[in-house]
Amino acid sequence: MALSRALSFYRSFSTVPSQSLRVCIVGSGPAGFYTADKILKAHEGAEVDIVDRLPTPFGLVRSGVAPDHPETKVVTNQFSRVAQNGHCSFIGNVSLGSSISLAELRELYDAVVLSYGAESDQALGIPGEELAGIYAAREFVWWYNGHPDCRNLAPDLKSSDTAVIIGQGNVALDAARILLRPTTELATTDISCHALAALGESSIRKVYLVGRRGPAQAAFTAKELREVLRIKDLSIEIRQEDLSKTPADEEELKNNRIKRRIHELLSKAATPATSICSPGQKELHFVFFRKPDRFLESDCRNGYIAGLRMERTILKEDVESGKQIAVGTGLFAEMECGLVLKSVGYKSIPVDGLPFDHHKALIAVWSIIVAN
Amino acid sequence: MLGRKILTRDDLTIPTQHPIPFPDQHKVNLGPGHRASKGACEASLACSTCHVIVMVSNYYNKLEDPTDDENDMLDLAFGLTNTSRLGCQVIAKPELDGIRLALPVAMRNFAVDGYQPKPH
Repeated sequence: MALSRALSFYRSFSTVPSQSLRVCIVGSGPAGFYTADKILKAHEGAEVDIVDRLPTPFGLVRSGVAPDHPETKVVTNQFSRVAQNGHCSFIGNVSLGSSISLAELRELYDAVVLSYGAESDQALGIPGEELAGIYAAREFVWWYNGHPDCRNLAPDLKSSDTAVIIGQGNVALDAARILLRPTTELATTDISCHALAALGESSIRKVYLVGRRGPAQAAFTAKELREVLRIKDLSIEIRQEDLSKTPADEEELKNNRIKRRIHELLSKAATPATSICSPGQKELHFVFFRKPDRFLESDCRNGYIAGLRMERTILKEDVESGKQIAVGTGLFAEMECGLVLKSVGYKSIPVDGLPFDHHKALIAVWSIIVAN
Repeated sequence: MLGRKILTRDDLTIPTQHPIPFPDQHKVNLGPGHRASKGACEASLACSTCHVIVMVSNYYNKLEDPTDDENDMLDLAFGLTNTSRLGCQVIAKPELDGIRLALPVAMRNFAVDGYQPKPH
C-alpha cells in the first residue's frame, strides 16, 4: 500500500541509527500519548510514531469530554509537549485495517502498541432497538463534540418534550446536562455549531435517567452529580422510597467513599411528595430499579420511537460475584418519549491479524504484539 | 506503605506561595521506579494525579480543610488515606517547613468508572 512504501522511503533517508527502537502507537488518546511519553523517556534515541484514523489527535479528550468541561482538556498541553519531541511524530488520517494493515506495521516497526480505544457500543438486545430516535450516548456525545463520524446525526429534538437516557454513569449525566443546560451557557463553550443550533430549537424539557439498580449502585461521581443538580431552573425529581437502604446497600456503602457521598447528594436532592412544576419547566428525573423491556413504535411515524416499556426490578445477591444484581419482578409500566440515549457501556472493534474474543468484545491475546 | 516514596526537605524545596507539588517545572529526581505526580489538569481540580499523603497528622491539621470540589477529586484518588490531599491545593508556607509527603504507589488518570489501577 502507498502508505507503507512512503514510510519505508522516509526511513531509508533518515539519519536514525539502526539500533534505535522504532515504535508505532495506534490511537492518539491519553493512553497513546502517555505510552509515547514513557517510551521516549525510557529508551534513548527511540523513535515513536503516533497514528490516528482522524486528522486530529487526542481521542476522547477531544471527542468525549463535554464542551462545558474545558479544565479536563488541559491535559492536551502535556500531550502537545510529547509530540514536540523531535523523535515523536503524529500522523493523522491513518486507519488501521484500511490505510495500512497490522502486518505491515509490524514489518516497519520494532513494536506496535494498540491504544485505539473501544468505539463500539453495548447493545441492550431488546425489541425495538432499531427504531429511529434511539442512539448510543457515544453518538450523541460525538455529535455535540463535532466528531466527523457523527456530524450528520441530526437527532430530532423538536417532536417531543421527553428524552430517556438509559444508564447512570458520568456519560449519562453529560448527555442530560447538555440537553438541559440553558443554551446561552453552552454558547460560550466549544460545543459544535450544529449541536448548539439544534439545542437552541429543542423542545426537550424532561430528561429521565433510568437505571436497573438503586442509588447505592449508581456509577456517576460526585463532581458530575453536584454539577447537574445545580443547573439553573431545573427541577430534580428523585423518589424518597428509592433512597431507603437495605443492609446489603449499607455494606456496599460502608467501604466506598465515592458511593457514600453520591448517596448523600441524592438524598439531599430528593423532592418531597408534592412538588410544584410550572409548565415548560425543565425536569431531571432519576429513575431507579427499572429495566428497559422494549421500545414502542409510534403509530403516526413509521419506524420511529414513541415510548418504552420498563420492568420494575429488585436487587438480589449474585452468588458468584457477591454483587447485588437487578432481577425483574414482572411488573411493567410504559412511558412516552421521543429520544432515547443508551449509555450502557462500550465495546472494542476487532483488528485483522489479532485473535478477538467476540463474547467479551476484547482483543484476546496481547503478548504476541511485542515479538519482533 | 511498601514501595511508597516519602519526600523530605532534602528532595524538594518549595518556595512559599507555591502549591505542593508538582507543576511541570519542578523536576525532582525520585530515583528508579518512582516519578513525580502528574498535575495533568494543571491545578484546575479536574483530576487526582497530584494526590499526596501528608505523613504526620500535626502537619495535616495545619492545612485548611479541603473544599467540596477538592473532596470530589480526592474521591477518585488511588490509595486514599485520612491525611490525603491534592498537592495543587496546598500552598507552601513557613509553618509547613519540614513536612513529609508520601506519594501513593499508583494513580488514576483518565480512568473510566470503576477502573482499578495497578501499582507502577
